[in-house]
Amino acid sequence: MSILVRNVSRSFGDFVALDDVSLEVDSGSLTALLGPSGSGKSTLLRIIAGLERPDAGQILLSGKDATALTPQKRNIGFVFQHYAAFKHMTVHDNIAFGLKVRKRPKAEIRNRVDELLNLVQLEGLGNRYPSQLSGGQRQRMGLARALAPEPDVLLLDEPFGALDARVRAELREWLTRLHDVVHVTTVFVTHDQEEAMEVADQITLLNEGRVVQVGAPRQLYDEPESEFVMRFIGDASEIGGVLVRPRDVELLQEPASGAAEAMIVRMTVLGRDAKVELHDSTGAEIVAVITRERFDELDLWRGQTVWVRARRKRVFAA
Amino acid sequence: MRKLGLRFVALGYLAVILVGPLSIVFWRTFEDGFAPAWDALTTPETLHAFKLTLIITAIAVPVNTVFGILAALAIVRKKFPGKSVLNAFIDLPLALSPVVVGLALFLLYGREGWFGGWLNEHGIQVLFALPAMVIATIFVSIPFVAREVVPTLQEVGDEQEQAARTLGATGWQTFWRITLPSIRWAVIYGVILTTARCLGEYGAVAVVSGRLQGQTETATLRVQERYESFDLAGAYAISIVLALLAILVLVAMTVIRPREETAH
Repeated sequence: MSILVRNVSRSFGDFVALDDVSLEVDSGSLTALLGPSGSGKSTLLRIIAGLERPDAGQILLSGKDATALTPQKRNIGFVFQHYAAFKHMTVHDNIAFGLKVRKRPKAEIRNRVDELLNLVQLEGLGNRYPSQLSGGQRQRMGLARALAPEPDVLLLDEPFGALDARVRAELREWLTRLHDVVHVTTVFVTHDQEEAMEVADQITLLNEGRVVQVGAPRQLYDEPESEFVMRFIGDASEIGGVLVRPRDVELLQEPASGAAEAMIVRMTVLGRDAKVELHDSTGAEIVAVITRERFDELDLWRGQTVWVRARRKRVFAA
Repeated sequence: MRKLGLRFVALGYLAVILVGPLSIVFWRTFEDGFAPAWDALTTPETLHAFKLTLIITAIAVPVNTVFGILAALAIVRKKFPGKSVLNAFIDLPLALSPVVVGLALFLLYGREGWFGGWLNEHGIQVLFALPAMVIATIFVSIPFVAREVVPTLQEVGDEQEQAARTLGATGWQTFWRITLPSIRWAVIYGVILTTARCLGEYGAVAVVSGRLQGQTETATLRVQERYESFDLAGAYAISIVLALLAILVLVAMTVIRPREETAH
């Protein structure tokens, strides 16, 4: 099922959360709504879910206008950052909730819940209460609960935001695999560009309530349309007023035309590459990633003064 | 050491103010054995007084439970003009003397009152009858359920309710399956407090009841009446029953309080 967002605006008092946002999510895709905090990404997700009303604009689900529908009529699954677990219910009853309110037969509910417990690797924990689960387990329960009524769209609001780094990495990978199995149109909100790059097949980047760029992860990285995108997706340093990716920074031991003076403050060998961190004459940080061959050849030391030059320049219209 | 001192002061205060007088009531009641107390309790008028108190409580408690939950939901979950007024008014019965409440009802439902004339014409007796006593009791016991439920609702938040709605639950299903279970201990606690308040109500009911023996006399009014008729044994015996009910409430509260704290 596809999602179409048409010219949606939403303000909270004086704060403009969304300013004329349009967006298309293809059926079966895994889309990330990415942006810094306050960019409006969560508001957009909640408007798609029907948990929030737009001041203007339309939401179309599978081509049908859903703007006036309440959340319970949209057939969506929603996963909350802080799990929103039903604390007084067992894991089994949490997952069964969407089926129970739809008055499905008991046997069917039992089978579906068992199937989902397996899918989210919580088999045998059905009789526990949410308070007896770890954060990662709770979020998998939240996912199973959202998937139980077979929603047309799965919406996740910073689903891994409350988890520690290791569990987060695990769940990210797991979500991509799950999407391969379940194929439900999925939209998730994140402020973590790495997470978006790793999980999503499509990224919508938002800033200050507007869509800044839409595209596949590599497209946003390789062809940023603005300075904001370039800075937000992947690392970028500024040399002589232009933005440069770490791999496009050239290190020279002698002055050259277009090269700026910089001092090495830190060096890290990353297997076949090496990362060199420098400070330019104003103290601004520059990050360069060079091959091991080049790194060994240059024989750098900390505190050394070198010259840096942008191999590929990107100039954006202001 | 300082902690011990504090404990001594607190317990000593309770002993002098609370336990002392209560013990004397117990002692006086059973001074001449169990039989006189039992006889005093089983007179038709006293039995009727207890029955009336229970009837009033049985009406006032459910009404205020429903109202308290609705008011708490409105205060915590909704935005509407006059919300702060509602919030303040719920506490009014705590601040207002029950006698004033009784008087206000008197002015409303009395022969010359706003509703009194109309009700009188239609043969509906409010004052000096059960309706006024119920209304007075409801009024004085309004705050307890709402005041218990409001903080719990705030603490639980509305994410679980949102989750229920995205899962296809109607507003009604969400209330019964999610909201009510998550505030149940607060509701029960509030109900117990309301019950205690209703059983012990004296001032407002005293004004509007007319105190007709065997008709509009509640247990608390009966204590006063017995006392004034120099039937101390009777007054003490009824007091004991009321005190025992209060202790029962206290025990129930002690059992429920820790549950409420661990429930969320």
